[in-house]
Amino acid sequence: MYRLFKTLNRTAFIKALVASVVVVVLVLIGSRNLQNFDAALFAYLVGTVFAVFGIAYRYSVWLQRPPTRLYWQRSMQFLFSSMIFPYLFRSIKLFFRNIVGQRFIAYRSGTRWIGHFLMATGCMLAFAITIPLTFGWINFELKPGDDLTYFAKVFGFEAFSFSLGSPIAFITFHGLVWCSILVTIGAAIMMKRRLTNGGLIATQTFSDDWLPLILLIAISITGLGISYDYTFLEGRTYQFMAVTHAIVVILFLVWLPFGKFFHIFQRVAQLGANLYKKEGMRRGMAVCPHTKQEFATRTHIEDLKKVTEDLGFDYNRKEGINHMDLSPEGKRSALAKAHFEARKKSGKFFG
Amino acid sequence: MPETNYNQEMAFFVDMQRCIGCHACEMACAECETNGQESMIHVHYVDRAVSTQTTVQVCMHCEDPTCANVCPADAIHQDDFGVVHSADTSRCIGCSNCVLACPFGVPKKKEQAELMMKCNMCYDRTSAGKKPMCATVCPSQALYYGTREEIERMRPDSVPVNSFLFGKQEVNTKVNIMMPKGTHQLIIE
Repeated sequence: MYRLFKTLNRTAFIKALVASVVVVVLVLIGSRNLQNFDAALFAYLVGTVFAVFGIAYRYSVWLQRPPTRLYWQRSMQFLFSSMIFPYLFRSIKLFFRNIVGQRFIAYRSGTRWIGHFLMATGCMLAFAITIPLTFGWINFELKPGDDLTYFAKVFGFEAFSFSLGSPIAFITFHGLVWCSILVTIGAAIMMKRRLTNGGLIATQTFSDDWLPLILLIAISITGLGISYDYTFLEGRTYQFMAVTHAIVVILFLVWLPFGKFFHIFQRVAQLGANLYKKEGMRRGMAVCPHTKQEFATRTHIEDLKKVTEDLGFDYNRKEGINHMDLSPEGKRSALAKAHFEARKKSGKFFG
Repeated sequence: MPETNYNQEMAFFVDMQRCIGCHACEMACAECETNGQESMIHVHYVDRAVSTQTTVQVCMHCEDPTCANVCPADAIHQDDFGVVHSADTSRCIGCSNCVLACPFGVPKKKEQAELMMKCNMCYDRTSAGKKPMCATVCPSQALYYGTREEIERMRPDSVPVNSFLFGKQEVNTKVNIMMPKGTHQLIIE
């Protein structure tokens, strides 16, 4: 316990605490002072607040690492510059392409993209439905004096209404069922890859690669169980279904900041990296002294020199050259040349 | 990592002076399942205008990998055997920090996939007690995977060196380079 306090990152702790308090305040405001809050979802709320705390803490610690900090600062600096509109437009476009659509995965493998896209879309839709419900931001009520019209209230304001038994009602009330189907199919595709791909079999671990898939399937199946129960079993097994679902979802929420799912939040940094490259190209390219060709942006090379220095590396070579000034090919050639010289000096190239 | 048969008595030995530029290693590298059929090894002329010398470069698996240190996404991981693995596909944001910071010029960036990939010493094979693909096909044994005793017997005038000096920075690696006897470090001034 003492070690826990000793290693506590103060900045991260304060930021995490603030984020958690903000969530609680948003719940109070959004649910109109808990008037629209669904008490049955209290356990989910506790899990979500814990997840927010953990994610904010880890994110803050992560941003304190020299390379991450630099990327973060540069992304903000480049975004909020005179180029704000083209860069904002570019970032929004890339957000839809790479975060919502995850198109970059398609270049890694087609099947993998389909699997990941189904899984991620199912999860994102499920978050979009469950988080506002858990926070009491959305609630459904029957129209007074009309027991056939249901209306949805968002932040306490009437947003839209629909007739019970209509196709819209069916689609809305089964929103999480559609999500479960997407997630289950996606996770099954990813599991098949992990069972058949030799490279993955050699490097995968249970906690990082299998547990997230098992957990997603468990959430989906237990969630479908609730629907199955009220549709076909007249609610006879409701308690069992509801409790098992709550257990796996809360496990997922508590584990969210620690395990593989943290990549969901890290992935946004890809937008920053893209912006960094774009602005770097505008500022000018670095030319390798060996190949005499452009190989990276000058900003990137200068920043890397600083980052490696911050991390305790000193790649300064004689005559004011830094090893980072060379392109990857230049570095390989420098090594080969030094090796050649050492062999030549010894008088023997082989043996 | 899952249960493995990784043999820690086996080591990797590279001798660029023996490279004849045949590219057999490149073809073999693409057979490695952990790379997804992408060749990760580098073979090229050192300075084509003045010499026909070619060089071959695998990942040297540094003890304190610069690539992993500069990774903003914590995507590069070193296992208990000292093997520095290719970027974690779920974390890599494709920033190219590792590509540009590696002192040996090893990692490759797959632009459209927004992913860094590099040699991970054919982990699918070495973790099963087999040799890396490149070392099994190299005709001149510029790339050799075996025990220290074997290489010392085969190359009596050379010594395996795993320490490099890039200007002021010392880098120690898991992979060895064959140097003239009596050498302890390869200095890149």
